[in-house]
Amino acid sequence: MAETNNIITMKGICKTFPGVQALKNVDFHLKQGEIQALVGENGAGKSTLIKVLTGIERQEQGTITFDGKEVAIRSTHHAQELGISTVYQEVNLCSNLTVAENIMIGREPMKLGSIDWKAVNKQAEQILDELGISIDVTQPVGSYSVAIQQMVAIVRALEISSVKVLILDEPTSSLDTHETEQLFRVMCQLKSKGIAIIFITHFIGQVYEISDRITVLRNGEWIGTYQTDSLPRLELIAKMIGRSLDAYDSMQKSKIETSQHIKKEDVLLDVKGLGLSGSIQPFDLELHRGEVVGLAGLLGSGRTEIARLLFGVDQPDSGSVTMNNKPVKDFSPLESIGRGIALCPEDRKAEGVVGELTVRENIILALQANRGYFKYLRQQTQYEIADKYIKMLKIATPSADQVVNNLSGGNQQKVILARWLAINPQILILDEPTRGIDVGTKAEIQMLVLSLAEEGKACIFISSELEEVLRTSHRIIVLRDQQKVKEFSGEVEEQSIMKTMAGSEE
Amino acid sequence: MKSFTPYLLWKKISASKLFFPLSALALILLFDLIFIPNFFAIQVRDGNLYGNLVDILRSGSTVCILAIGMTLVIATGGIDLSVGAVMAIAASVAALMMNPYVMATVLSPETQRLINDPTFTFAPLWAVIAVSLLVATICGLWNGVLVAYAGIPAMVGTLILMISGRGIAQLITNGIRIQIFYEPFSYIANLWILVPFPLYIVVLMLILTWLLTRKTSLGLFIESVGANARSSFFSGIDEKLIKLLAYAFCGFCAGVAGLIASSNIKTSDANNIGLMLELDAILAVVIGGNLMTGGRFTLLGSVIGALVMQATTISMYSIGVPANAVMAIKGLVVLLVILLYSKQVREFMYRLTTQNRGNRL
Repeated sequence: MAETNNIITMKGICKTFPGVQALKNVDFHLKQGEIQALVGENGAGKSTLIKVLTGIERQEQGTITFDGKEVAIRSTHHAQELGISTVYQEVNLCSNLTVAENIMIGREPMKLGSIDWKAVNKQAEQILDELGISIDVTQPVGSYSVAIQQMVAIVRALEISSVKVLILDEPTSSLDTHETEQLFRVMCQLKSKGIAIIFITHFIGQVYEISDRITVLRNGEWIGTYQTDSLPRLELIAKMIGRSLDAYDSMQKSKIETSQHIKKEDVLLDVKGLGLSGSIQPFDLELHRGEVVGLAGLLGSGRTEIARLLFGVDQPDSGSVTMNNKPVKDFSPLESIGRGIALCPEDRKAEGVVGELTVRENIILALQANRGYFKYLRQQTQYEIADKYIKMLKIATPSADQVVNNLSGGNQQKVILARWLAINPQILILDEPTRGIDVGTKAEIQMLVLSLAEEGKACIFISSELEEVLRTSHRIIVLRDQQKVKEFSGEVEEQSIMKTMAGSEE
Repeated sequence: MKSFTPYLLWKKISASKLFFPLSALALILLFDLIFIPNFFAIQVRDGNLYGNLVDILRSGSTVCILAIGMTLVIATGGIDLSVGAVMAIAASVAALMMNPYVMATVLSPETQRLINDPTFTFAPLWAVIAVSLLVATICGLWNGVLVAYAGIPAMVGTLILMISGRGIAQLITNGIRIQIFYEPFSYIANLWILVPFPLYIVVLMLILTWLLTRKTSLGLFIESVGANARSSFFSGIDEKLIKLLAYAFCGFCAGVAGLIASSNIKTSDANNIGLMLELDAILAVVIGGNLMTGGRFTLLGSVIGALVMQATTISMYSIGVPANAVMAIKGLVVLLVILLYSKQVREFMYRLTTQNRGNRL
C-alpha cells in the first residue's frame, strides 16, 4: 500500500568484505518526508548500508529503487546527483572560511567579473533564515559551536543539489542538549518540506524524540522496521543487542554490594581547593578506595576540566592534592601514571588511541612510558599482556598485531581501557568512556567500572548520559558553569540531579 | 563497519615495506646491466675491491648516514633541513682543531713546515672526532629546542640553521678553506679494508641506531609521537623530549657525515660540504617507504633509498650524461618512486585491475 510513496526501496542487499558478511539480505524502505532512525550496535551494518546507498561501496546482490526507478549507484557524485546527501559525524567544512563562503563555495554570485560578496552574504543569510538559524555569516565557521557547524554543513549539503534524501550520520554525538534541540528543529523543518531523513544515532532517547520509524540492524541482518510510537524502549534495546537487559539488574546489585565495602576513613585522594582560572573554580574532592564517583554536568560545566587537572594535563593555579597521605607536587601525565592515576580522555581519536600503531603497542604504551626507555618489555611479554586484555575485555580484533584504526569505536575504547588497566592504576578517571559506543559494550564498560571498584580501585566516571552516571556511581558530584555545585550520595532521583545541573533546584 | 579494501591494501604494503625501495634499486641496476658494459666489473687491487658498485656504496655513505638520522626526525612528524649545513660546521670544527695556526695572518717558517707535515695535528684525532660530533649534536639540540619546546614548525625552525649554518662554519675558520694535511684523518674516507672504510661506519651506525630504537622503547615512542603526539602525551610519553632526542641524533649523524665528507676532500670547504645533501637525505627517507607525516619508520628502507639516489647518479655519470642533466634525471627517478607511494595512484591502479570484476556484478 505504501509502496508508492517510498522514495528509497532497497531489497535483498548483500555485501561481503573479506572474512565478514557485512550485510545479509537487508531490506530498507524510506518514505517521502519521514525521519527514520537507523539503529544497531557497532558492526551491525549501518555504515555499510549507508555506504551502499551513497555509492562508496557496491552491493553484491539486491536492488535499489530510487523515486520509482531502479538505479545502480555508481559513485558518491552519482548519489548526490540523484538527490542523496550525507552529513557525517566529523564536520567537513573549511573552518577558516566564513559561514557564507562555506555555504556558497563554488556558486558565488558574480558582478562585473568578480565575486559579489554582498550578495554572497545576503543569500547565505536567507538560506539560514529559512531554517530559523540567525547567525553572523561573515564570521569564520570555526568560531561557532559544533552544532552550528553541523547545521552549516547540512545547509551546504542541501544547497549543492536538490536533495530528496538527507543522511545524518551520528550528528548529535558531540552536541549538548540545547544544541541537539536546535538540530532537531531544523530536521523537522526539512521534513515538512518533504525531505526524507535517515538519522543514525546511538542515543535511544533521541530516536524516540524525533523519528517516525525505526529500522534495526543486527550483525548485518535486517531485524525489522517499526513505528516509533508502537515500540517500547526496552523492546528496542532487546532487538538491538539480541538479548534482554539482565546485565543492568545485576549491575544494580553489584553497585549496592560494592558500596558496603567503601571505607570512609581510607582516603585515597584528597583534593583541597584545586582550581585553574578560566577552566574550573576551586573545588574539594575526597576519593576512597572502592568508590565510584560520578561527575554530572552539561558540556563545558567543568567535568572534563576536573579530569584534566587531576591527571596533570593542565597545571592547577591553586589548591593542593594529597594522595595516600603524601602531598602531590608535580602535575604531568607521566607523574600521574607513576602515582597510579589513569585517564581515559574524552576525545578518543585525538587524545586516546594512536591509530597507526597496533593493538599490542597501544595497550603497552602507558606501561612502557612508566618503565622508561631502557626497561623495554620483551616482545613475548608484550604479546602476553595484550592477549590477556584482548581476552578479558573481549576486544574484537583478529590479532594483537591489528592496526587500531581498523577497529570499531567501541573496540578502540576497550584498547584504551586495556592500556590503563595494564598499569594497574589506583584511580581510574573515565571521561565519556561510552560515547559513540553500542548498548552492549556500554553495559560491559559499566560493569567493568563496578568490578574495578570491587577490587579496591577508585573511579571517577564522567558522562553526559545521566542514566549511566546514576547506574554506576556511589556518589555524584554535580557541576555547573565551571563550578562544583552539589554532591549527592545514596539513592538519588534523576530529577533532582537534573534540576541541580540546570540551576533550578530552589 | 570498517571498509576492508584499504585494510587489505595496507596489510599488503606493510608486509612489503622494503619491496618498493628494493625494486627501485633493482630496476636501476638492471638498466646498468643492459646499457653499461662492465658496470658490474669489480677489480681486486692489493686485496681491496674497486668498481662501480663499490663507488656507489662509498660515495653514498654520507647520504646513508644522513638518512638514518633523518628517518627518526621524519618519524616524529618533523623534518631537518639543516643537516647539510651541520656537516659543514662539523668539518670546520675538525679542520680548525687539527690546524689552528692557519688563523694567524703571518706564519713563521717553522709553523709553515709543521702545517704541511702529514703527521702533525694540534689536537689528537679522537678529540677532533669527539668535539666535532659534540658540536654537531649541539646543533641538533638547537633544532630540537626550537621545534619541540618553542613550538616552531620544523620546516621553519630548521631552516634557520640551514641558512645560518654555513655562515657559522665560515666564522669558525675565519672564512679560510683549511687544507687538512694530517694523514690519519684522511683515512676516515680513504682507507680501504677490503671495502672502503665509510661502509663500515654506515653499517655500524645502522646497527647502533637499530639497537637504540628497537631494543629500547625509543622506537615505539618515536612512532607513537609521530602518529599522534597528543595521545602519546596522554599516555605519559614526554613527546617534547622524544622530539628533542630525534633532532639531536640527526645532528650527530650529520656530524659523522661531515667528517667523512671533509676527510674525503681533505679540506674544510664550508661552501660545498654537504651542499643540498639535506634534500637527498629527505628523498632517501621517502623512497625508503617512510611517511612524511611521521609514525612508522624503517631504517633499512632509508639506507636503501639513499643507495637508489646514489646508484642513479653514478649510472648517469657512467653513460656520460652531463652533470647538470643528472639532477634532472635524478628528479625523474624520485618522481617515479614517489608516484608509486601515492595513495591516489595506488587506488587508481587498484581500480584499473579490479574494474572488470566490478562491472560483472
